[in-house]
Amino acid sequence: MVGIAGYGCYVPKRRIKVEEIAAQWGEDGEVMKKNLLVREKTVPAKDEDSVTIAYEAARNALKRAEIDPKEIGAVYIGSESKPYAVKPSATIVADALDITPEAHVADYEFACKAGSETVFVVYGLVKAGEIKYGLGIGSDTSQGAPKDPLEYTAAAGGAAFIMGNDNVLAEVIATYSYTTDTPDFWRRDGQPYPTHTGPFTGKPAYFHHVINSAKKVMEIAGVTPKDITYCVFHQPNGAFPLRASKMLGFTKEQFEPGWVAPYIGNTYSGCSLLGLASVLDVAKAGDTILVTSFGSGAGSDSFIFKVTDRLEKVRNNAPLLKDYAERKKYINYATYAFLRGKIKMREG
Amino acid sequence: MLTIPRAWREKPQRYLFKGGKCKDCGFVTYPARKVCPKCHSENIETVDLPREGKIITYTIVYSAPEGFGDFSPYPLAIVELTNGARLMLQIVDTDLDKVQIGEKVNVVFRRLLVEGNAGIIIYGPKATVVEDK
Amino acid sequence: MREVAVVGTGVTQFGYLWEKSWRDLAVESSLEAIKNSGVDKIDSIYVANFTGGTFVEQEHMAAIVADYLGLLHIPATRVEDACASSAVALRHAYMEVAGGFSDAVLVTGVEKMTDVVTSQGVYSLAMAADREFEGYQGVTFPALFALVARKYMNDFGATREQLASVAVKNHKNASKNPKAQFHNIITIEDVINASMIADPLGLFDCSPMTDGAASVVLMPLEKAKKLTNAAKPIKISGIAQATDTIALAQRESFTSFRATIEAGKKAYEMAGKGPEDIDVTEVHDCFTIAEICAIEDLGFFEKGKGAQATADGLTAIDGKLPVNPSGGLKGKGHPVGATGIAQIANLADQLRGEAGELQVKDPKVALAHNLGGSGATVVVTILEVV
Repeated sequence: MVGIAGYGCYVPKRRIKVEEIAAQWGEDGEVMKKNLLVREKTVPAKDEDSVTIAYEAARNALKRAEIDPKEIGAVYIGSESKPYAVKPSATIVADALDITPEAHVADYEFACKAGSETVFVVYGLVKAGEIKYGLGIGSDTSQGAPKDPLEYTAAAGGAAFIMGNDNVLAEVIATYSYTTDTPDFWRRDGQPYPTHTGPFTGKPAYFHHVINSAKKVMEIAGVTPKDITYCVFHQPNGAFPLRASKMLGFTKEQFEPGWVAPYIGNTYSGCSLLGLASVLDVAKAGDTILVTSFGSGAGSDSFIFKVTDRLEKVRNNAPLLKDYAERKKYINYATYAFLRGKIKMREG
Repeated sequence: MLTIPRAWREKPQRYLFKGGKCKDCGFVTYPARKVCPKCHSENIETVDLPREGKIITYTIVYSAPEGFGDFSPYPLAIVELTNGARLMLQIVDTDLDKVQIGEKVNVVFRRLLVEGNAGIIIYGPKATVVEDK
Repeated sequence: MREVAVVGTGVTQFGYLWEKSWRDLAVESSLEAIKNSGVDKIDSIYVANFTGGTFVEQEHMAAIVADYLGLLHIPATRVEDACASSAVALRHAYMEVAGGFSDAVLVTGVEKMTDVVTSQGVYSLAMAADREFEGYQGVTFPALFALVARKYMNDFGATREQLASVAVKNHKNASKNPKAQFHNIITIEDVINASMIADPLGLFDCSPMTDGAASVVLMPLEKAKKLTNAAKPIKISGIAQATDTIALAQRESFTSFRATIEAGKKAYEMAGKGPEDIDVTEVHDCFTIAEICAIEDLGFFEKGKGAQATADGLTAIDGKLPVNPSGGLKGKGHPVGATGIAQIANLADQLRGEAGELQVKDPKVALAHNLGGSGATVVVTILEVV
């Protein structure tokens, strides 16, 4: 039985409210919140980056997996905010968790689905018998240009999943990937902020890939939405995944436990995985979970998991997303701009 | 200044938070040493240090040295870990008025120093004050 | 072993000396000390400097001093032990003279600190701490002493006002010292309300960045007595050095400096004196709290009582024990590599009765306390009128 042996998440403490950003640019914060269905977003500290976030999330995953780190045969981090353009982030995390040297380690990039991609690949390696356990992490300190609509949502956070073939807390029932070349959002090398194509990011990009991927994975598993306990979608804002869930026929009860964007924001590669972590924080044995990620460019990975009775035994080995979500400090736009490197400082 | 090999060889201390424990008298140090400062024994084993401790004394640094300007004002504390080892740690994610003698802290993994725009990023331990739920 | 005396002394102006380079300063104090020592031949030179490498991008300074003094071909040795560099150099010069290797040894301490901006200076000074395990956490020297101050205030109920009384006293003393960096009188309120550097230490709790140099010439006491054209020799009756852990976190106590206690004990024993015999002292007040700890650890006041004693005026020039009549590091300035020798020069003036407005009444025995890092190196020197 191949599945999730351990999971963990991390989001930074600082938050900025949507109305604070809106006030900066003379926009109506209430309208923004209504349109985006996001209230506030996480902001990393000056000494946090996608590596430190990945580390904390992965440590939490190890606590729940209850395994020797040396048993992990692969470590992948998916991110679009790598501290180094060239030099792996995953080596730092793998070394700091004492997993190295006998492991396959790499960084992944596929816009916002790089995180789910790492889980997809380590799952494949475990299933093929190449490794005993594999660690897949999605972690980002998302970039959003000042005054861009993205600035209201681009957040920081990550989640980590250890896949294994025994003692799992959720079994993988089916997987599926749906991919086309659709340039809806990108960041060219050397550019600090991504560019996106407005409405084109919706129908032909997000919804086309997410809906097709989710439908097909359910078909493969032989289930319909009513057989699914919880559904999780990539969350570039609060509105897109809500609409996707309705298009697929899911109810509020199925959707809301994994809907984290309203209070976390869009954590890019961390996004759908944080949604999954949030569902695992409440799920019971026997529950079925659909996860469909989305990465611009574009593609959607889908998974269907079935929760085992191990989940409730190890859930409290590490903090829940709720614990991190409740631990917060609000900052103003000036502090936010400084923390995100939007103020030009003198070096040193 | 770039300090790549110097930072690299400190990984056991910075990444893995290893210390040294004297097998004869039990004294624990961070980092590990060849000779026990208490009983002079050379019978030292490398140990994983606990990531929980408490503040012995603290300060808030307003005038920062080069490389730390982005963090100021930042608290620094002498922390005693649950096994007795003592070390200096920067305190993060904590309101300045919550940094107090006796407060419990957890060790976290953060950027310590970034060597300019093109240099390496040095990661290692810092601490955060445990919040009441 | 021969008895050793301080003969010549030389101290430059302390402060922001924009026109002078480190070598100008070292040459100036050296020449002054050599001239008023009355010796016609120097056998050996020690140059004390903490961090020329980062302050002025110059190491190998002893050879430069010998070269620029025209004293080539004799031994010239650089000594570095952070802010205690020059007292450590003094001890080595003492041993060289006492052991009979040399008859006239020049010791020059020098530091040029104002050629760099503050954040670079703070960074350079922080190298006296444990770079890997304190420096990388963002430690500064004010921070290390602030950690001590916080614990001291916590354990003994001392107040910021009491600590401030050290700075007020030392500024008052410095105001009468023509060579001091500061001549402004400050109040307790000025100290309390100054901008914070490392809580609870504000700007006026901290010694400044200072340029300056100080020199002494040591000779065997018996030979010094025979010099006719020289200042009165002052006998070094005790000199001792001790160490403690480099990292503050490893200390047994955070309110007491073990190296001060140990060096003090040895120096007292060597001189056959005790704290009660000391008539005047210059202690290492790099921060207000450092003076409080020093006067306790040297046995002048009971542990935990030093702050109140200072606030009560017991350490003023006319107090029970005058502490830092020169203005100390706080008022006179703290060119780190020169500080230990400047203390000796100031105390020699006191014992000769030549300290001008700073003169303490008729002192016979004086003590200098020079501390490096957060107390990892300490030298205590006892001087006596012959």
